[in-house]
Formats: sequence, structure tokens, C-alpha cells
Amino acid sequence: MVTYDPQYILMVDELKKYFPIKGGMMSKAVGQVKAVDGVTFNLKRGTTMGLVGESGCGKTTTGRTILRLSGEKTGGQVLFNGKEVYDLSKKEMRALRTKMQIIFQDPFSSLSPRLPVGEIIGEAVREHDLVSKAEFNDYIDTVMDECGLQPFHKARYPHEFSGGQRQRICIARALALNPEFIVCDEPVSALDVSIQAQIINLLKSLQRQRNLTYLFISHDLSVVEHISDVVGVMYLGNLVEYGRTEDIFRNPLHPYTKALFSAIPIPDPKAKMNRIVLEGTIPSPANPPSGCKFHTRCANCTQRCKEEAPVQREVEDGHYVVCHLYDK
Amino acid sequence: MAKNKSEGYLSAKESRQIAKANRKVINDLEKKRKRKKVPESEYLTTMHDDKNAVEFDNLHTYFFTDAGVVKSVDGVTFEVPVGKTVGVVGESGCGKSVTSLSLMQLLQRPQGQIVEGEIRLNLGDKAYDIAKMPYEKLQDLRGNFVSMIFQEPMTALNPVFRIGAQLEEVLELHNKDMSKDDMKKRTIELLEMVGIANSEGVYKMFPHELSGGMRQRVVIAMALACNPKVIIADEPTTALDVTIQAQVLDLLRGLKSKINSSIMFITHDLGVIAEMADYVVVMYAGRVVEKGTTEEIFENPAHPYTIGLMASKPVVGKQVDELYSIPGKVPNPIDMPNYCYFKDRCNMCVGQCDGAYPGEISLSDTHKVSCYRYSGNEKKGV
Repeated sequence: MVTYDPQYILMVDELKKYFPIKGGMMSKAVGQVKAVDGVTFNLKRGTTMGLVGESGCGKTTTGRTILRLSGEKTGGQVLFNGKEVYDLSKKEMRALRTKMQIIFQDPFSSLSPRLPVGEIIGEAVREHDLVSKAEFNDYIDTVMDECGLQPFHKARYPHEFSGGQRQRICIARALALNPEFIVCDEPVSALDVSIQAQIINLLKSLQRQRNLTYLFISHDLSVVEHISDVVGVMYLGNLVEYGRTEDIFRNPLHPYTKALFSAIPIPDPKAKMNRIVLEGTIPSPANPPSGCKFHTRCANCTQRCKEEAPVQREVEDGHYVVCHLYDK
Repeated sequence: MAKNKSEGYLSAKESRQIAKANRKVINDLEKKRKRKKVPESEYLTTMHDDKNAVEFDNLHTYFFTDAGVVKSVDGVTFEVPVGKTVGVVGESGCGKSVTSLSLMQLLQRPQGQIVEGEIRLNLGDKAYDIAKMPYEKLQDLRGNFVSMIFQEPMTALNPVFRIGAQLEEVLELHNKDMSKDDMKKRTIELLEMVGIANSEGVYKMFPHELSGGMRQRVVIAMALACNPKVIIADEPTTALDVTIQAQVLDLLRGLKSKINSSIMFITHDLGVIAEMADYVVVMYAGRVVEKGTTEEIFENPAHPYTIGLMASKPVVGKQVDELYSIPGKVPNPIDMPNYCYFKDRCNMCVGQCDGAYPGEISLSDTHKVSCYRYSGNEKKGV
């Protein structure tokens, strides 16, 4: 149990989310996919936390579970502004939805092709009665303007827009509800480099104007370094390292983080490559390895790693790592 | 009417007119293509430099759509030297992939057509012009001499055939006298070569049983089955994680030195280019705006687009407050301006930019740029 600390907008403690594997004649659960298996972090108001890791490591499920978008959690706590998200009634949850929003990865499939852009952005605003009928049109115009869209775009349909503009529509849709916290689930992965820069700049300037808090999920480490204040590295449902961006990038501690960082291609032909190549692929989360989940691919693996799961420890101020190598 | 036009809308009548005009051009080109028994002399050509594996010379590939002619590739000239890697960078829609598809003759015909220019392929003792070669003749070279690694490992494999059968198909087509056992042996050898540990098992698997990285390895193995001399890698790592990307890049580098082939590496990731390529070609809106060796492009980028592209990518270890973003967007490919295509987005314009599209200016023997800013600094004697 964690006690509420007002400086944190979001406190996540030992969050777990398992998905059942159904099989057999009666479709009963024959196993569990441990998508998120004990994630703990606190997020300060007005800051950005980057969440990195390979595909299938549970980044997206973490984001969705925090927002209570993937059914009931399996265990742990999510405190948003001090309130347990999973204890709220349907009505309270509905009110809270305006405070926490999500921007999805693929701007091509997350917009309804049958609704004009003004309706996509305004639908939820009307639903929640955030502004009066008279102000409605002006309000949508202001939000669109903030996100770099023209007012005449309102009557158009998503297929008439390019990828970058569609992502702006998604951002406008999230912003229209005046949220405090936004989960950005790989918002720039599907975009070109030059468009990526526009969207990242937009997200940063909106954060300054509105004091927004982001959970930024991405597998592009250079983007995460640019936008985040704190970074969490995930591996197979666990947060293996967590700390301030400078600390993590200057001094990565966990062997997985080290390998991940050494794999980033550097746009400089003269840069020396000291690459730690990880052998094999990420193990199945339905049947994770015993002990430390990373031991099957770790270069510094010892007998102890195979048997005993490491616990989170603070190595330097605010820099946490889950690894036996740093035991005192 | 005028208002609609500026926004890119066409009336049905206009569209019909365009379609009619297109049909005329396409029919002429298709008639030429569909002739039987084209004499070899028609597509036999000579390389400008014997050290090149492929030479693209003033290639124009157009798509004839009902909304107008899309000039996807509009006068592209560059070379791929033997045993070297050439990286092609640019935004999506700039013609990178269409250039490589032209080389493979995999364009969506009849709309997609090579209307002008040559693609010279060096076969050692002779050279062929792919642009004029009949489709059936190219079948012998495709997969055998030139092969392609596709972007999406999810869609490049057939979901209803086993991995082994899909790899053997390539071998069967190009080695008619190979026995079944030899083929299986070679297939397993190929799977081991691309670093698949459980090769006997994977041989019997279906694509859905493999992860993204493994599938991409199978696609690479398929491309390398006949030891091709030219490999086109069309964004081979874009769909993969960084750690898997590092594995695949290591693999490609190792294989290149093993079979001494040339690689044309298409990507929009500058980091990958810096790591893999010997030469870099930067494309914008269907044209080459800058080309040179990797050192020249990364240390001394000349074209404003290249400079913008480098500045807009966040780099680990370099903190900036705001990323540079190139203003505006790519011009409409149906209605290209008659001045420099980048002028409307460029912040370094000079007076001459209002004139015709700039010609190629040599900054060194290998470094070439299409921009008026350098019209005075040409290297003497080039």
C-alpha cells in the first residue's frame, strides 16, 4: 500500500495485469500471460515519463491498465490524484475519463472514417457537457488551432489528411477534454522523421502551456531521451530500471538497458560501435524464465540470477535498478 | 470551379479526359512491352564504368492515374559500385521504393511505367538495360542475380506454405537440375547462415509461428538463396525493435563481405545509413538532391533538405530544447512546381531559386548537390 503524496499526479504500485489463455473444450483458462507483472513508479505533475522496451514487453498494456482500459487489473494499485482508479463507480470513472486521455500509435486506424474531424474532436466534449452549446464551435476552433489545424478542416474526413495531420487530430481529440494526464502510446512511430519533429515539438509546447503530464511509450530511444524527464525501461512485464533521463542515459546500470542503448544506430559514420548484441528473442510472457527474467539473454548471468528474482534497489538518488549485480 | 481545383478536386469530366489521354500513352508502352521474341541487341548496353554493378541513368518512372500523371521518379541518376553499399534516404513518397521496384520490374503495370532512361545492370561479361528488357527474360535474373528484401516480413511471406517450401521455390526456379535432397540441404544451410538456431524445426514451420525478427531472417535467407550480386534492401529493419535491428544489420554486413555483393539500402533512418552505407543518395520528391560518400554527406551536408533532415532527428547524448522541423510539406506529386521542388520549404533561398530546377553541381569528385547556393563553388575541372 502506498500513501498519497500530493506532488505526484500518478502513483503506480506493484501493478499486475495477467491475461488468461483459454483452451480446451470448455474454454477454461489453461495459463496466464503475465503482460504486466509488478510495475511500480510515481509520476510528478507536469513531467514526462518515457517507457521503453522491446515489442511485447508490456509497455502498451501498462499504459492501458493505468487508464482502466483493459478490464480489471490483476493486482496492485493505481492512484490518480490520490484516488484508486479501480475503486471508482461507473459514474465517477466517467467523470475521471476527461482528466486522463490517450493518444494511440496508429493515426490511420484510430480515427473513425465516417465522422468529420470537427465531430471526432467535439464528440466527447458534447458528451461530457464541458462547454455550452453557444461556445461549442469556438471552443473546437481554439483547440484545433492549438494543434496546428485550420478551422476549415472541421468539415473534412480523416482520409483527406496526411499522417502528420491525422496525428494532430488525435492530439486535438485528447486535448479537447482538458486532461491533466495523457498516455502517448508510440505517437510518432508511424511518422516520417521531419513530421516526427513537428509532433514532438507540438507535444512539448502543449505541455508547457497546460502543465500536462505525459506517459510517453516508445521504442525509439532518441525520441524518449528528447522528450522525457524520467525514463523507465521495461523487460517482460517488469520495470528493470527507472530514473532521471540524464542518469539513465549517462550511466545505464541494468545489462538489458546497456544492450538496448548500445543497439541505437548513431548518425555519424565515424562513431565507434561497442555493441552488445543480445542473443535470441524475448521469452514468452506466458512462461517466463525463473529467477531474473532476463537471465536467459544476460551476459553477466550467475547461478543466483537463475534461482532468485532480484528486487528493486536505489543505486543512486532516484535511480532504481532490478538486478543482482548491484547488491551491496 | 477554380476554388475546387486549387484543393485538388477533379470533376468527373476532367477525370475522364485524363484517363483517356493516359490510356493512349499506356497502350503504346504496353504494346512495345508485350512483343514476343525481342532481340537481345535491343537491350544490350555497355556500362559507363565497369566497376559499377548497377547504373541508374536519368530514370523516369511515372504512374498514370485518373487524377493525373504522378512523376514518382523524375530523372534519377546514381550508381551502385561492385561490393559497396549505397544508402538511399528520403521521406515516404519520395520515390525510393519505386526506384528499386523499377530495377526489379515489379512496378504495378499498366499504370506504372518506365517512360525514359536506362537502368544498366552489369552481368560481368555484358550489360543489360533493365528498362527495355522483356519481363520473361528478367525472370532468369530476378532472385538469381538481383534480389530484394522487402520491408514487411509479415506480408512478404505466404501464410499457407511452410518456410522450407517457400525457400525451395526460389532454388527450384533457378537451379533446374538440383535434386530434392540437395535443395533441402541448401535451405537448411541458408537458415543457419542467417542465424536461425533451430533450422530443422523452422524448415517445417509456418510464418505465423515465428517472431518478427525471425521472419525478417527468413526473408533475407530467401533473397540470398542464389548468391545474388545485387541485393536491394527496402527498409529491412523499419518494422523491427532496436535490439533485433542490431542483429539484422550485423547479419547483413557479415553476409555482404562473405559473398561480395552490392547492396542498395533503402531507409529513412539516418543512423542506420551511417552505420551501413559507403555512399549515400538523398532523394526528395522523385529526384536526387544530393549524393556522395557517407563521410561527405554526414560531415558536410550541402542541400538544405539534407541539413534539415539531420537537424530534425533527435540524437542520444545531444540535448536540444526544440527539434528543428522542416516547415511546409512535400509538393503535390501530380502538379510539381517548375522551380526547385524544395524552394517553398527552404530557409536558405537565393535569388536564382525562382528559376528552373537547379542542375547538378559537383562539390568534389563524388559529392554532388542540386542547389543554387553552390553554383559559384564548383570544383574546378569537373
